[in-house]
Amino acid sequence: MGYLGILGALITLTGALFILFAAVGLLRMPDIYNRIQAGTKATTLGSMLTLLGIGLIHPAWLLKIALLIIFVFVSNPVSSHVLGRAAHHIRVPLSSRTVKDQLAESESSSTNEQEVSE
Amino acid sequence: MVEVILNIAMVIIGLSFLLVTVRFIIGETVVDRVVALDTLTVSTIGLIVMLAHFFGRVIYIDVSIVYGILSFIGVIIIAKYLEKSL
Amino acid sequence: MKIKGIIVVFFVLLAIWLILNGTADMPVVLIGAGLSLFLSLVLCSKCSVFNEIRISFRALVYTFMYLGVFISELVKSNFDVARRVLSPALPINPGIVKAETRLKSRMGRMILANSITLTPGTFTIDVIGDTFYIHCVHIEGDDTEKYAQSIVRKFEKYLEVLYG
Repeated sequence: MGYLGILGALITLTGALFILFAAVGLLRMPDIYNRIQAGTKATTLGSMLTLLGIGLIHPAWLLKIALLIIFVFVSNPVSSHVLGRAAHHIRVPLSSRTVKDQLAESESSSTNEQEVSE
Repeated sequence: MVEVILNIAMVIIGLSFLLVTVRFIIGETVVDRVVALDTLTVSTIGLIVMLAHFFGRVIYIDVSIVYGILSFIGVIIIAKYLEKSL
Repeated sequence: MKIKGIIVVFFVLLAIWLILNGTADMPVVLIGAGLSLFLSLVLCSKCSVFNEIRISFRALVYTFMYLGVFISELVKSNFDVARRVLSPALPINPGIVKAETRLKSRMGRMILANSITLTPGTFTIDVIGDTFYIHCVHIEGDDTEKYAQSIVRKFEKYLEVLYG
């Protein structure tokens, strides 16, 4: 094991801390979109670091763990994007601190145009 | 030394599970609950790989790959259902 | 011509099969090659997305440059979000902004949208035509148009070379 093992354990600890930050963000953020930001994406780096740390402790497992890291890396943005889209589609309200919502603006203007053309 | 640090990391992940479960229960909307569930499953992938280290068996990594694929498909299906496009 | 896409998918599937099996015995490799050939023919006979991948030395160099920019951005913005979450006043300034993209290929747009989503602080809610709708935790400055463009340009200049 030696130094590589201790380095891996420290990387795992960093990843666990990022997962904790994500959980705190999920609790504290005011609306669903900011919760998606904090919740599903700080966990991406968090779990990737956790996996990398275990991979450094056991170098023989590194290939399988690399496959798992690539899978988390590819699947996580897709699922958070799909959830955000669904939330906007079913009109989950944005928090009162939101500055602007250009998607809703363009959607309402396009529906107005349709009404005019009909 | 390594075992001690990994135990601390596991306690931290367990603490984050508690916090996410609070969000899962209070919710407010359906999407909040699904986001909490997604966060739980992604952290569980890391936790299963840590269990693989503690038990010293490589098969747990395969378990976590299958778990990750199933939870990913589950979240996609729930979001499609919420968009009423399923 | 879809032959390039079939070859790329075949080798990716074969690599995943071999890593999961953990051995390189002859029967395992043969079964994996047969299954990957079958799956790549079935999956890519109708789909042309993988043909947009460019394979050249310049593309390889730009892939590594892109990965470097992307990973540094990922770490930096993760620390930024952690700082915002932990500070007691919760300094956020959220909003949804729109940004035009110059990328034409579907593969390039997919990677651009996923890169924006993976860097915390910004995530793609919807893509309509050429326009990306991006939710930001903290909009900096008064000029939202300029801020939105800066998010997209960061990755776009590498992806333009890779996928056009």
